[in-house]
Amino acid sequence: MSKSAIELPPKGGFSFDLCRRNAMLSTKGGVHPPSYRKTGTTIVGLVFKDGVILGADTRATEGPIVCDKNCEKIHYMAPNIYCCGAGTAADTEAVTDMVSSQLQLHRYATGRESRVVTALTLLKSHLFSYQGYVSAALVLGGVDITGPHLHTIYPHGSTDTLPFATMGSGSLAAMAIFESKYKEGLTREEGIQLVAEAICSGIFNDLGSGSNVDVCVITKGHKEYLRNYQLPNPRTYVSSRGYSFAKGQTEVLTTKIVPLKEKEEAAEVGDAMEE
Amino acid sequence: MANPKQHANWSPYDNNGGTCVAIAGTDYCVIAADTRMSTGYNILTRDYSKICKLADKCVLASSGFQADVKALQKVLSARHLIYQHQHNKQMSCPGMGQLLSNTLYYKRFFPYYAFNVLGGLDAEGKGCVFTYDAVGSYERVGYSTQGSGSSLIMPVLDNQLKSPSPLLLPAKDAVTPLSEAEAVDLVKDVFASAAERDIYTGDRVEIVIVNAAGIRREYVELRKD
Repeated sequence: MSKSAIELPPKGGFSFDLCRRNAMLSTKGGVHPPSYRKTGTTIVGLVFKDGVILGADTRATEGPIVCDKNCEKIHYMAPNIYCCGAGTAADTEAVTDMVSSQLQLHRYATGRESRVVTALTLLKSHLFSYQGYVSAALVLGGVDITGPHLHTIYPHGSTDTLPFATMGSGSLAAMAIFESKYKEGLTREEGIQLVAEAICSGIFNDLGSGSNVDVCVITKGHKEYLRNYQLPNPRTYVSSRGYSFAKGQTEVLTTKIVPLKEKEEAAEVGDAMEE
Repeated sequence: MANPKQHANWSPYDNNGGTCVAIAGTDYCVIAADTRMSTGYNILTRDYSKICKLADKCVLASSGFQADVKALQKVLSARHLIYQHQHNKQMSCPGMGQLLSNTLYYKRFFPYYAFNVLGGLDAEGKGCVFTYDAVGSYERVGYSTQGSGSSLIMPVLDNQLKSPSPLLLPAKDAVTPLSEAEAVDLVKDVFASAAERDIYTGDRVEIVIVNAAGIRREYVELRKD
């Protein structure tokens, strides 16, 4: 209790002590931090006539290996707001979950629908306070009382407000499609078509993106989550021979059975047990 | 300057990915590789052959750095041409195996960034596979895989083809008991599986089958994502 005020931990923000320790360990000690599951990703969003459409691929990678062939990258924020995440999977998931719970509490307190700017401010202030160490690159979209909104958020906390946006390792491939085909006042069908095409461009031209197309359409007072809207990558070959293993492939050397509990015999009491 | 940089800060190497497999049978050899060439997260081309026919009964599949692979293939082809002029016959597959090892070790301290599997038929017409590291260590085996998807494929081949221990006496043949059709089917399946999980393997698999009748090629489409 007698500690001086100077030794108290800082009240907010991120402590960089361990970052420096980790950097020292990996250069001098040869101790490297574990690898993270990164969603080398294509995520996109666009504003159309009646609202916002978000899109994402479904591949998660760890280095050159695909660790999830059908993951979900479009996260729920509020009934009228969704958010696509690229970067470290754990960070995108944690940051969207955290903000979505803050939005829920805010709705209980105010009794009003959440606004996209509220989510945007919560996300960017969190990411900024962590100086880019929370590696989440997001595409945030929703429709609120003030109309449809689409934003991108970078890991350091900067944001953009755009009519169409892409993020992740496949962002250039997807943006190529948007830049050549996007126009104002797209219909719902045209919008979904364009989003799917942009995601497919990422899936086929970027090795960090792959598998299926997820789409989420948000309009005033309504949303539609089209999970696995397209499945453009089925398995190409299945052996007709199959693989069967005869019983006894693994030889049993010894057998020992240890009863977890002594068997107890209960005598029949008859009517006493009946209810 | 207090501490001028004394070394190059660029790398002469790139990794262009890709996977190679070879399986030897009693009277055939199957050599296969995918046709994707990539760098980083980009696909450079979906249709580049990693397989090089060095002689009528000798085929080389290599992954790694495309420029080094190309240079290596050129050296081997030139040396084989000279051999043919001097001996008026084609080099045997085990002969080519030794030549490849020597060629790789010649650049021991600035290696070819190439991971090779050499397959073909030996003098008796039996299937043979030679597998290498980048600096020329090599071994004659019954089957092998090299490249970005090798760690996914090797355990499947071990399980399906299990080669006899080299310690057994009398020595047993390393060739697999599978028929040619079964071996080709297995190759197609392991490539389809590797393409599911390795981002550098995909687009198409080229399968070369060497037997007494000559050389035959087959192609199977793989995932393009």
